Amino acid sequence: MKRIVLSLAVAVVCLAANAQSERYKAAMEKLVPAVDTTRSITGLTELANSFQRIAEAEKTQWLPYYYAALINVNSANMLFANGQTDQIDLLTDKAAPLLAKAEELQKDNSEIFCLKKMLNTAKMMADPQNRYMTYGPAAAEALAKAKQLNPENPRVYLLEGQDLFFTPEQFGGDKQEAKKRFEEASKKFESYKPEDSISPNWGRGQLSYFLSQIK
Amino acid sequence: MFAAKYHLNMKSLLIFSLLAIGLGITKSTDAQSVIKGRVTDNKSKPLIGINITLKDTYDGATTDSSGRFSFTTTEKGQQLLVASSSGLKPFEQLLTLVKDSSYSFAIQLKEEITELKAVVISAGTFEASDKKRTTVLTPIDVATTAGANADVTAALKTLPGTQQVGESEGLFVRGGTASETKTFIDGTLVNNFFYSSVPNIAQRSRFSPFIFKGTVFSTGGYSALYGQALSSALILETIDLPEQSAGSLGISVIGVNGGIQKLTKNKKASWGFNYDYANLWPAFKVIKQRQDYMTAPEYHTGDANFRIKTSNTGMLKYYGYFSHNRLGFRENSIDSIGYKDAFRLKNLNMYHNLSWRESLGSGWKMNLGVSYAYNKDNINGNMQDMNEKDVVLSGLEWKNFGLISKGNYFNAKAVFEKRLGGISAVRFGSEYNYSQDDPNYTDHSGQSYNFSIKEHLKSIFAETDIYLTNSLAAKLGGRFEQSSLFDRSNIAPRVSLAYKTGKESQASLAYGIFYQNPETKYLRSVGNLDFARATHYVAQYLKSNKYITARVELFYKKYQDLIKTNAQNNNDNQQIASNNNGYGDAKGIELFWRDKKTIKNFDYWVSYSYLDTKRDFLNFPIAMQPSFAAKHTASLVMKKFVTAWKTGFNMTYTYSSGRPYYNIYNDNGENKFGDLGKTDDYHNVSFSLNYLPKLFNKDAGASKFTVLVLSVNNIFGIKQTYGYKYSYNGARKELIVPPSRSFVFVGVFISFGVDNTENVINNNL
Repeated sequence: MKRIVLSLAVAVVCLAANAQSERYKAAMEKLVPAVDTTRSITGLTELANSFQRIAEAEKTQWLPYYYAALINVNSANMLFANGQTDQIDLLTDKAAPLLAKAEELQKDNSEIFCLKKMLNTAKMMADPQNRYMTYGPAAAEALAKAKQLNPENPRVYLLEGQDLFFTPEQFGGDKQEAKKRFEEASKKFESYKPEDSISPNWGRGQLSYFLSQIK
Repeated sequence: MFAAKYHLNMKSLLIFSLLAIGLGITKSTDAQSVIKGRVTDNKSKPLIGINITLKDTYDGATTDSSGRFSFTTTEKGQQLLVASSSGLKPFEQLLTLVKDSSYSFAIQLKEEITELKAVVISAGTFEASDKKRTTVLTPIDVATTAGANADVTAALKTLPGTQQVGESEGLFVRGGTASETKTFIDGTLVNNFFYSSVPNIAQRSRFSPFIFKGTVFSTGGYSALYGQALSSALILETIDLPEQSAGSLGISVIGVNGGIQKLTKNKKASWGFNYDYANLWPAFKVIKQRQDYMTAPEYHTGDANFRIKTSNTGMLKYYGYFSHNRLGFRENSIDSIGYKDAFRLKNLNMYHNLSWRESLGSGWKMNLGVSYAYNKDNINGNMQDMNEKDVVLSGLEWKNFGLISKGNYFNAKAVFEKRLGGISAVRFGSEYNYSQDDPNYTDHSGQSYNFSIKEHLKSIFAETDIYLTNSLAAKLGGRFEQSSLFDRSNIAPRVSLAYKTGKESQASLAYGIFYQNPETKYLRSVGNLDFARATHYVAQYLKSNKYITARVELFYKKYQDLIKTNAQNNNDNQQIASNNNGYGDAKGIELFWRDKKTIKNFDYWVSYSYLDTKRDFLNFPIAMQPSFAAKHTASLVMKKFVTAWKTGFNMTYTYSSGRPYYNIYNDNGENKFGDLGKTDDYHNVSFSLNYLPKLFNKDAGASKFTVLVLSVNNIFGIKQTYGYKYSYNGARKELIVPPSRSFVFVGVFISFGVDNTENVINNNL
């Protein structure tokens, strides 16, 4: 009898927990596709806030922290493209603690190191002349670690390609070399299977843009 | 059966529970509440992008361009509504949600006082670091300023407030002497910051600019944490752990250097050392010097450091420096035609600095530092005949002498800081400075005179930073000093205020009283001497963003109790302090403009200083403009990086209006002018070029770095005059000019990652 009551109790709790994680998954599934498609600063702010709400409600899931940080870095990159470099620090300062939380919950993950690379690059771009010596090596180190942790991660090659694409030639940039990395990324994307429907799977849109830019 | 019955009951219970859960879920989807509202700042302007959350739920919204938000929630009961955004104080409100209700909020968010947004107390101060918003120069700027030759103080001389004094070293700030500027490394005082003085040839500062990550240069109104400088404080902070292990090598026309900096695997500690050998003999063979060197300047310099991360917030740092240098030259004697004056200097200097900073929890921080320095100068002066043989001429016996001067200095300082909510803080602590100077003078007959001066200076200080809002801040401080040598004490109040007048502009004011001991070189006995005293009033307006800095500063400085001297034994070269009856003042306006934006890859700054100063001190017959103060000083510094050539071109133009010169002689106890006048205006154009062939090289990466430096001082060979020197009887005078018209420096510096080899091996395994 006691055992039955106990198992019932467990069953009820499990059901509740399952309902909870179903809810989590459903909420995430609604937001994750927007990562690849959101193109406006206001849209990105909204998306980052939504991920942050889930992160802070769940507290033990690394993905919502990861996405909230990623979206803030994407916003920073958009500001850079718009020439609003003086506001980059505000966003990278928001992203850094979120990324740190994600890493606390999920150590040695290639995706987290990819994002670390992106964060350092964004910080560098806010003031390249003075920050190149600090954030340049930090970004390179993070990307190398991401590759080491998962050589099959297509985003590693996408980021490598972007570095070569944006760096002026006299500083070691090389569009043809960049193309090779993008093609590598493309190959990796073909065989890439995200762990589940809410794990990082972004980058295809950016990749086709870069491939279309190089003849 | 028993079990079966219960089993059945259990089953129904289970079904019931499942139903209940199902019902619960449907029920909660039914019960939707609407929460909406508007978020504004304290001026009722809408705030965009604010995150609105029901705490610990997924529900919430982001405010739109009119500051409005609206969302529905299935939550019920008591919930906490939170509105937050970085830089704003979060808003929280408890609410009880009832089925199908609507809730509306008008939320006003206040700015959080943060270092990023708050006004910076900046009156009188130039900061060179890469963190602060009010930064005027970065460490890279120091290294790439033409004419500075990687000397921190030379780069600072392109900022307003400083004089272009070429005949002696040091920073002459706002009408003050070089000794009125004191230098501090990691909090503690540095004695002998410059190489030992040589008559009419300015010497460099001893330390490499690359060991410092932050520089604060105060030209007035500095913090109560520092003292014993009537005019100015130069506050240097050494670097923490390096990014990576690295080695460096350099070779130039004046010498060679090499060093290594090793970061441990766990990145919690590092150690390193450098050695530098310089000999100017080859350079002086090519670039003719006015002086005839029997020993060309030769320098052996070594330094060593370790840095240990003692916790997440703690850092223990050691920096040690050793230098031995010597030089000797002769020139035609001004005192007796047909004879020569020979000068020889040997210097030994040692400096050790140990500092520890740590957060102690609950808002407390601690900074401890000790430093010890030893300095020995061995100076010989001789009169020589045409065959360069030492001679003693009657009446000019004093031209033959030996001086061995030893100094031992120990400094300790402790500063504690407590945060008072937001970024307001209170700081207090104490400082102890010990100095012992032992000059030993030997005259032409071999007669020796010894003298020893010992000082224990004890200080306590406290200051508080009060941020009333992001726009208004005050710093109030005070300092108490007690001198054992003079048996005197003083209390010095310091106050500064800053007010943000716009997003990028601010105004600040500073006031303070500053005391300084009489310089030991004028002491033979202490007598009834007291501290010299200066009172500063500074007003500043600053407008700055990432690309443009505009700064205007007005100042008034009043000097009291300056030292007056008498000529000992009627020798005008030996001035001995007799009383504190000296006085003076300085006032002026300074302008600074820097623009990194208007022309692409081109960065320039312009400084202008107007100085009106008079003082009566030392042997001055009256209050007058001192010879180290020019009325107008200006600099134009330009830097252009040509990406395609991987080369930076730097040019610096400095101007100074003519300075007064005087010959003052003692006539039976009364000081009189033998001669006076004004020098020509001073102009200097210096040029430097940095070529970085491996910049961003893929294979080398950031871990390998080569730079070729070419620099030319006074590239157009403009004639520069610094004043006159006079014969002992005032009968003859001679222009003081630089040792050579121009100077050319060529060097290559390479740094390489020491870890690199390991990486290469690992990657190929």
